Amino acid sequence: MSTLRKSLFNRLDGIVLLLYIMLVTIGVLAIFSVEHRTTDTSLIMMNKSYMRQVIWLGYSLFVGFIIILTDSKFFSSFAFLLYTICIAVLIITIFAGVDVKGSRSWLGVGSFRFQPGEVAKIFTSLALAKFLSLNETNFKKLKNRFIGAAIALTPAVLILLQKETGLALVYFTFFLVMYREGLPNAILLIGFGAVALVLTTLLIDRTTLAIILTGLTLLIGYIVRNTLKRKIGARIILISAWMVSIIFSQIAVPFVFKNVLQKHQIERIYSMIGIEVPNEYNKTFAPGDEKKEKTNSSEYNVLQSKIAIGSGGMFGKGYLNGTSTKNQFVPEQNTDFIFCAVGEQFGFVGSAILIIIYISLMLRIIHLGERQRSDFTRIYAYCVACILFFHFAVNISMTIGLAPVIGITLPFISYGGSSLLSFSILIFILVRLDADRQVLIR
Amino acid sequence: MSLTANPRRYVISIIFIGVAIIMLLRLFFLQNFEPKYKILANDIAIYKKVVYPPRGVIIDRKGRTLLSNTPIYDLMITPKNVPKTLDTNELCASLNIDKATYESILGKVLVRNLDVRQSPFMELLNEEQTARFQENAYKFPGFELIERNIRIYEKPIAGLMLGYIGEVSPEMLKKPRYATYRQGDYTGLSGLELQYEEVLRGQRGVHYLERDKFNRPRDPYRGGELDSQEISGKQLELYLDMELQEYAEKLMANKIGSIVAIDPKTGGILAMVSSPTYDPNLLRGKARSRNYAKLYREATRPLFNRATQAMYPPGSTIKPFTGLVALNVGAITPNYGYPCHGGYGGCSRKIACEHSDAGHAANFRAALAHSCNSYFCHIFRMTVDNNEGQTVKQGLQLWHDYYTSFAYGRQTGIDIPYEGKGLVPDSNLYNKMYNRSWNSCTIVFVGMGQGELLLTPLQMANGMCIIANKGYYYTPHFVKSIGKNEKDTLLRKYQEKHVVLNIPDTTFTIVQQAMQDVVDHGTAGGAKIEGITVCAKTGTAENKAVVNGEVIKMQNHSMFVAFAPRENPRIAIAVAIENSGYGATWAAPIASLVMEKYLKDSVTYKRKAVEDKMMNAKLINRYVYTIDSVIRLRDQMVYEAKVERKRKKDSINNAETNALYNKWINYKLKSKKGIN
Repeated sequence: MSTLRKSLFNRLDGIVLLLYIMLVTIGVLAIFSVEHRTTDTSLIMMNKSYMRQVIWLGYSLFVGFIIILTDSKFFSSFAFLLYTICIAVLIITIFAGVDVKGSRSWLGVGSFRFQPGEVAKIFTSLALAKFLSLNETNFKKLKNRFIGAAIALTPAVLILLQKETGLALVYFTFFLVMYREGLPNAILLIGFGAVALVLTTLLIDRTTLAIILTGLTLLIGYIVRNTLKRKIGARIILISAWMVSIIFSQIAVPFVFKNVLQKHQIERIYSMIGIEVPNEYNKTFAPGDEKKEKTNSSEYNVLQSKIAIGSGGMFGKGYLNGTSTKNQFVPEQNTDFIFCAVGEQFGFVGSAILIIIYISLMLRIIHLGERQRSDFTRIYAYCVACILFFHFAVNISMTIGLAPVIGITLPFISYGGSSLLSFSILIFILVRLDADRQVLIR
Repeated sequence: MSLTANPRRYVISIIFIGVAIIMLLRLFFLQNFEPKYKILANDIAIYKKVVYPPRGVIIDRKGRTLLSNTPIYDLMITPKNVPKTLDTNELCASLNIDKATYESILGKVLVRNLDVRQSPFMELLNEEQTARFQENAYKFPGFELIERNIRIYEKPIAGLMLGYIGEVSPEMLKKPRYATYRQGDYTGLSGLELQYEEVLRGQRGVHYLERDKFNRPRDPYRGGELDSQEISGKQLELYLDMELQEYAEKLMANKIGSIVAIDPKTGGILAMVSSPTYDPNLLRGKARSRNYAKLYREATRPLFNRATQAMYPPGSTIKPFTGLVALNVGAITPNYGYPCHGGYGGCSRKIACEHSDAGHAANFRAALAHSCNSYFCHIFRMTVDNNEGQTVKQGLQLWHDYYTSFAYGRQTGIDIPYEGKGLVPDSNLYNKMYNRSWNSCTIVFVGMGQGELLLTPLQMANGMCIIANKGYYYTPHFVKSIGKNEKDTLLRKYQEKHVVLNIPDTTFTIVQQAMQDVVDHGTAGGAKIEGITVCAKTGTAENKAVVNGEVIKMQNHSMFVAFAPRENPRIAIAVAIENSGYGATWAAPIASLVMEKYLKDSVTYKRKAVEDKMMNAKLINRYVYTIDSVIRLRDQMVYEAKVERKRKKDSINNAETNALYNKWINYKLKSKKGIN
């Protein structure tokens, strides 16, 4: 044991830590570039977000250091207990949460605010890893699969109740982890198919979509024509999938939008994907209701974000020269739309480098996972990679108009203590577990 | 699930990489092939600010400020950028105007200008309006405050000479001179402000600033590398002495006339008064057009610069020059005398002379000292009739050449616009007037400064410079240096010495001696200054006014010209006071006081009584108002007749158009009925 402890710091994964340091540094610099004014006399201004981010970074590193010093068995041993406490806190938050922009996902003590939903990811990951790595868990059994799904989705439901949709969606990423651990391939296809269908139904014109779906079905049918000839079940599956898609997009959605949903609900749905409500769903006002035609705020955000990123060009406008990001044109600049600062100031080259850093980090984490003897660590590593991936993909996609605007932060870069701290803890626990990869942890 | 490679690892990795590639592709096209975002980003974030530099300051010879600036704000509007949802009530409240005014101003702006161009909405906001607008500026996109400097005249003096500024009119903008101006810019409209517009104006600067979402300008865009810096207008230093000018204006209070004082050594104008004067601060800012109209209507015509534009018969003040030419062409010698007994009978009409005692015109000196009309009429005739074989026309031409070289009958070229030429008659004029049958007797009055000869006070003062300098002058001018540079190209022409037709110094000495006698024991005793040799000549100019086609003889103009000290001339002066009497009574003491003030810095206590008398004298005749109203009435009638003619013509045209229109309307109505 003594030899292990002596070389503990040497056993930490240098690449992950290096990428982590790169990302948090980029984050602080990006927030600085958004907030810095030429009139500022000093760099150290406590009322600025970048200084607070630096302080949070300090806390994160401190917590990380403690985690490194903790025994690696602690995380698996206390995984369920921590998860239970976390669920309790989430339940409390629903009732005791501070109202921030309509969501009650924050716990407030004095001026200190804290979002349990962000931190719950850590404990959910640990709990899921623990459950799936238990010897008695046979993940081929349907019952265990449901338990796994329950562990992943319970926090999501609680967070949904706190009206923080974006954060709740993150928990669906655990299905990717469970897929790695043995869920059937169909899950992946059905999942992607459903997401694609919902988005395309809202985004694309109905007739066009019907043609596309039919075309796609015929294409698939042509490719697998031999299978179709041989198996009647395959024919049924293909045709029923086509039927479901058509019914969903052509009949169910219009019916629900026209007859079930209220005007404000329709508006909210379309504002989430950042486009205008189509005319056919535009409900007329009652004569007395003289509500102002309000510009869709998400649409505005995405437009401003696209302007900022699009105006960056190939090489960007240069550091501290971002006219859009510096002058508050993009709302939520420091948090959800921080990527604009990179896109505007460093252009395509800078954005690409950032994306490559992220992908490197995630692939490295998968690599760490796969080199483990311990299932617990491997599953945990996949959890970390998938959470990062979801945040990264959705956040950047929404700034460039590829995904609906849901309030999700860019890991390590977005301003925000809860976010930075929880991602740091995720990474440091992983690094700690990886350091003990020779030891079998259950 | 062991250490062997799991294929799902690669599925997940490929999902990660695939999504990243989609994002990279999207970014690549967004950032490199959609230039509209670049344009949009510049549109929303860059703000072009035009900075008007302060206009050049005008200071006097001792560095005292005559004309300077103070900042004021104009509210500009770019109608296209004004959103339809603008809270006009709030805007009106912060500007303290009502909604009808807002609408009418907006209408005017739209009529005058395209809606994409920035144009003035409200000008010269007061402090309260500025403060209240600035507080809420972010609520009013499309509106913008622009700082400007307004002119401040330190003392209410020299208004006509300094001039004033005003907005460039649409007509002016069409001229090439105003090519660099934009609507709403200010430009000099008269006086030095107009003459030196280019140097006073400076150069407008354009600053590109970043602005934020609330339309508040912030940091310079790209560190200000695209900015053009504004260049301040240059300072004008004048020869004018502020104190002297003020003193001279006080002396001329309640009189119609003018004073021009020039430094003979440089041609610099020390004081220039055109009375009655006005407070130049009336002609700035919002009140300009109203006050201008008021001043324009005044009978005494304060906007008329009598010093450079009014043309008077010089009267006896021309006699030194009559003598000078006569002596130089050899018509007379200094010892030449004329037996005057109270009149000149050389021609058919007798010309009266003030003096009748024998020997008052025994020689040139005595004749000038006593201002003998007979003597100077006679020597003028001798000048033009001089030498046998020379016709009177040739003689007059020679005389005309001399006078032209004295800058009489032509513009001196002073650096304020609209200078009068005066009139020096030549044979062409007389041929026209007298149908070619004239001789030296016909034009004899010119010798004593009457008849057709007309001079501006500026020319008279300049004439004094020539005698003081013994034969040369510098073009009279106000500006000593531009931006502390005395060698500015604009000033080059004023530093050129103009030498008059070759007249030897001795001849000038004789004339100077005679002019000294005028003060020492002649007509201008009241112009004496203790300890200073003054050379002068009084004048009493007969004049007539034409009212309703009738020629009325008016009270004489009181004229006086002088320079001092004789040994080392430092000031040359001409004073003209309209319709007030003898030159010795009013013009001479006033000129003398101004000279004393300049040469000695103050007027001796002994002359206090004279000073008071001059300052308090009210010499504006009642009939000035009568004549003025008659003239204005006539102008009015002429104008109304013109308008009436136009109206008749228009109404005939309109009637034709209306008839056509009615026909069309009826036709339309009928056809509509048919359908129903």
